[in-house]
Amino acid sequence: MQRFSREQMAARVAHDIPEGAYVNLGIGLPTLVANHLPRDRDIFLHSENGVLGMGPAPSPGDEDPDLINASKQPVTLLPGGCYFHHADSFAMMRGGHLDFCVLGAFQVSVTGDLANWHTGAKDAIPAVGGAMDLAIGAKHVLVMMEHLTKSGASKIVPCCTYPITGLACVDRIFTDLAVIDVTPTGLEVVEIVAGLEFDELRRLTGVPLRGAPAPG
Amino acid sequence: MIDKTLASPAAAVTDIGDAATVMIGGFGTAGMPYALIDALIDAGARDLTIVNNNAGNGDVGLAALIREKRVRKIICSFPRQVDSQHFDTAWRAREIELELVPQGNLAERIRAAGAGIGAFFTPTGYGTALAEGKETRVIDGRHYVLEYPIHADFALIGADRGDRWGNLVYRKTARNFGPVMAAAARCTIAQVREIVPLGTLDPEHIVTPGIFVHRVVAIDAPVVRRARADA
Repeated sequence: MQRFSREQMAARVAHDIPEGAYVNLGIGLPTLVANHLPRDRDIFLHSENGVLGMGPAPSPGDEDPDLINASKQPVTLLPGGCYFHHADSFAMMRGGHLDFCVLGAFQVSVTGDLANWHTGAKDAIPAVGGAMDLAIGAKHVLVMMEHLTKSGASKIVPCCTYPITGLACVDRIFTDLAVIDVTPTGLEVVEIVAGLEFDELRRLTGVPLRGAPAPG
Repeated sequence: MIDKTLASPAAAVTDIGDAATVMIGGFGTAGMPYALIDALIDAGARDLTIVNNNAGNGDVGLAALIREKRVRKIICSFPRQVDSQHFDTAWRAREIELELVPQGNLAERIRAAGAGIGAFFTPTGYGTALAEGKETRVIDGRHYVLEYPIHADFALIGADRGDRWGNLVYRKTARNFGPVMAAAARCTIAQVREIVPLGTLDPEHIVTPGIFVHRVVAIDAPVVRRARADA
């Protein structure tokens, strides 16, 4: 089956982020989006540990252990960037000041519930970080994930079976098969990977989908 | 003459007793006050409740405090990391209690304590397992969860420079929880790279005013020890 590559998914997400946007990129797949943001746009990357105007990774040898991102990897600061403490940083997130966040997910429900922090397994040590604040705080919550699990189950579900991160918070889902909007009247497919029939996408996803998607 | 500087980390932590609640600054390894934690381990306090974003990295700092079985409970947002093995072992052996808090609620609960707030309603966590059993309210059509402040007996924080009145400035992302923790503890102890004469720090740039800081210790070594972490 034809699929969007991870880089193609990242480029597609980046395409949606306009000039002047304040953006938080979550851990994992979403970090790839940074590589695809057009250089001619001023886009402000936020990191939960107190950075606005975050730049790319430093050259080898230039790492500064006092300048890291949320994944605790070394980063740089762009001219005009700034530092602030944690309560201010989460005021930016919870207070609706970020235009976009891009998050990975285990599951998204048809009503936009997000599950991305915990598998719920008994022996798994739970860790949540800033995921719940981003899910309910950013103006637009974008999710980037593979459409199907390794066993072929849809990660877009009628109701999340993994523990919830936030209720009715996801706006748009970018998968390796399609781009899907969560709307008050259900899921609307806006793009579909070339070579995949809409009926086949419906069969794989297993929840109601509508739309007249253009091939991506 | 007020002089909050102390000669050694040992002198700064000597009165931290068993069962104390201790906030420890730092996000991963950035801003973690290693010298103060080493002194705390040497001082021998047990049954501590620790507040930090994580649960230790590698074999140093907070990880060493957990390895030495001094921590009864930890309040944090992200314990599980590639190098959190001492926490992982203690948690699986049920030797440590974990209160998991979404990171923004953690920061705001600490801030609220320092600001004299009795409790606050936050949208973060509503409808999740981390809000189970908590009071909720609908305000202007939106759901909120009631969260209470986190107070501490002591805060141990890492800063870049300080003066004898306790004014502090930080360095880059090592600032993180330092300023909010400083205000939330009955006694705040800062480890700094350098103590400068009064008046040296630009008053427009002081991040933590000295009213929140009770003891300052200069550490003649890098504040940060590198330890690998993935989250």
